[in-house]
Amino acid sequence: MPVRPTATPLLLATLLTATALSACGSGSGSSPDTVKISFKQSTDNSIRVMDTYLGQMKKEFEKANPGKKVELVPIKAPDSEYYTKLQQMLRSPKTAPDLVYEDTFLINSDITSGYLKPLDTYLDKWPDWNQFIDTAKSAAKAQDGKTYGVPDGTDTRGLWFDKGVFQKAGLPADWQPKNWDDVLSAARTIKQKVPGVTPLNVYTGKPAGEAATMQGFEMLLYGTGDGKTDPLYDTAAKKWVAGSQAFKDALTFVETVYKEKLGPDVSDALDPNFGTTVRGELLPKGKLGIDLDGSWLPQDWQKGAGHEWPEWSQKLGLAYMPTQHGQAPGKVSMSGGWTWAIPSKAGNPDLAFKFVETMQTKANAQKWYIANSGIAVRKDVASDPAYVQAQPGIKFFTDLVASTHYRPAYPAYPKVSTAVQEAMEGVTTGDSSVDKAASGYDEELKTATDGQVVRK
Amino acid sequence: MSPRRPGRPRILARALPLTPAVILLLLFLAGPIAYCAYIAFTDLQLTGQAHSSFVGFDNFRAAFKDEAFLNAVWLTLVFTVLSSLVGQNTLGLALAALMQRASKPVRTLVGGIVITAWVLPEVVAGFLLYAFFRREGTLNAILDWLHLPTQNWLFTLPILAVSFANVWRGTAFSMLVYSAALNEIPKEITEAAEVDGAGGWRRMWHITLPMIRRSIATNLMLNTLQTLSVFGLIWVMTRGGPGNRSQTLPLFMYEQAFQKSMIGYGTAVALLLLVVGALFSVVYMRLLRTEV
Repeated sequence: MPVRPTATPLLLATLLTATALSACGSGSGSSPDTVKISFKQSTDNSIRVMDTYLGQMKKEFEKANPGKKVELVPIKAPDSEYYTKLQQMLRSPKTAPDLVYEDTFLINSDITSGYLKPLDTYLDKWPDWNQFIDTAKSAAKAQDGKTYGVPDGTDTRGLWFDKGVFQKAGLPADWQPKNWDDVLSAARTIKQKVPGVTPLNVYTGKPAGEAATMQGFEMLLYGTGDGKTDPLYDTAAKKWVAGSQAFKDALTFVETVYKEKLGPDVSDALDPNFGTTVRGELLPKGKLGIDLDGSWLPQDWQKGAGHEWPEWSQKLGLAYMPTQHGQAPGKVSMSGGWTWAIPSKAGNPDLAFKFVETMQTKANAQKWYIANSGIAVRKDVASDPAYVQAQPGIKFFTDLVASTHYRPAYPAYPKVSTAVQEAMEGVTTGDSSVDKAASGYDEELKTATDGQVVRK
Repeated sequence: MSPRRPGRPRILARALPLTPAVILLLLFLAGPIAYCAYIAFTDLQLTGQAHSSFVGFDNFRAAFKDEAFLNAVWLTLVFTVLSSLVGQNTLGLALAALMQRASKPVRTLVGGIVITAWVLPEVVAGFLLYAFFRREGTLNAILDWLHLPTQNWLFTLPILAVSFANVWRGTAFSMLVYSAALNEIPKEITEAAEVDGAGGWRRMWHITLPMIRRSIATNLMLNTLQTLSVFGLIWVMTRGGPGNRSQTLPLFMYEQAFQKSMIGYGTAVALLLLVVGALFSVVYMRLLRTEV
């Protein structure tokens, strides 16, 4: 719909601004021989894992392709601001890089905005694509069936438990719960026999953000059904699922954890910095029995990281998260991760894909997974003993990839995720019952998805 | 005798040096503001949308139907009244009045402490007060030492905690404004009143306050506008939580615009925040219009 502001000065001012802003972005232009690459640089100056890796790739690429140059354009920002900055860059051909690092969390949003280019024509001709695991291939697949990104690894989630606490509670050191009740009863035992220790942590509420949705709620929700249909989004109908019993069951689990005081104190759980406390204090100090959390935790405990704790692999055990009643496939995990994507306004898409090919040779991909504690999405790397032995726990989390789920990360997802967190927070604080929280979610879902809702 | 009117060429000649400034103002101040005002009437999103369109007053209608927005308006009012009107303003005046009588070392010391709080960047102040109020924080340590019950203040009384933080941080400004204003009052008047037998409170009420009326108005207005836009302090301490219990309008706006990517809606909320600020200003001007 065309817009006609009536006030002439207003229009004039807007026009002037627009001209000024676009003038600012001009200048460099894309040289046909330079490929510009944007990525997220850590806000922590001591962490330069990605910079180092990309530096090596740049050298390799420039050597293999004489006359071509790689220009790295780092964006130094925390996650949420990185997205914002990137989205602004992608809006204009003058600022759009040739290759961008995109989180699977938001890639579909950017696809809908028309920011990214489908890669199918490149992927069809690329033999290495067959090495990628099917679930990973779907990570950057849009609603139109086309693929817009090449994943460079993923993450999975499971149960971390403290062997010392388990011993005191009389629980086995090779603990593996078969269903939700097993998890809860282990927590109850810890509560009874090991005072002063938080039995079970499940991230919850808006302060925890996406951690609450993904490590917390979805790890439960995706373990409710048959493990094949998506309990959050009906892919066939292309609608979001409302009013499901599965949703209430997952909420009930969260309610039980906090009502029975099996989890952290509610005010701690709703502290925005609680994730840091878990990784930096509770687990290393043996103050937490079971933690439902991600594969990346050892990143913080490696040599040179903030909370060095190399003996974690002796102190902590790993168990996969079971399905609700132990039904097939028995275990559940959620995956996210990042992908390399080519902006639709990129000047040199062909060269950009060539760079992706360089980064994703088997050797280079493996180098990257190990450098950033990532989980392999390539079959050839996953089965390579050198990769499997690179870090304790890596085999456990890589095996989970077979039974993992990706979020329905469509444009409405960030809003849906917030609605999930609000529902969780309601039952965590005890402000609302499971039924009330679930119906609140259904209402929110309608607004967030423009009514694209189906009741199950 | 009619005043001589300058001719057209002269006006032009006079206006010429101003032109660059006017153009710059239009470009960098009026332009973005106008653009923002325009966006507030569209459904523009940062991502997840192929085209945006003009939606008229839809964003504003949606806001007034949105419980979270109304909650944010209410919390903004509570936060502003508590921390700016009551806290910063009265405390600033009290400090300024007391310091008039204090000895020089006391004055330097108190002034130094208060101004340090003001000079600290908002985020640093936020972390300091987070450390003060959190469960293992300083406040609970003191209470524990006094054998008083402790609690997680950021969880039980979040809006009070952030209001206190804003008072702690912003009182210095009021204190400086009022110190300057009190120094302007001629000594003779106060002395005359003293001779006439007026006590401290009467002097304050009948002489000092009326004489610094204009400073009060200015100070209230500046304080209020600044408090209305406080973001970093609350973000660091509570992120608007738990739930939405300390989510004031700026945080609500941020959530809508940048976390949920709804730039259009977020901008509409920003415009409404401007309206709230304007309302406060009008009230102050009305209340304090009568000149001495």
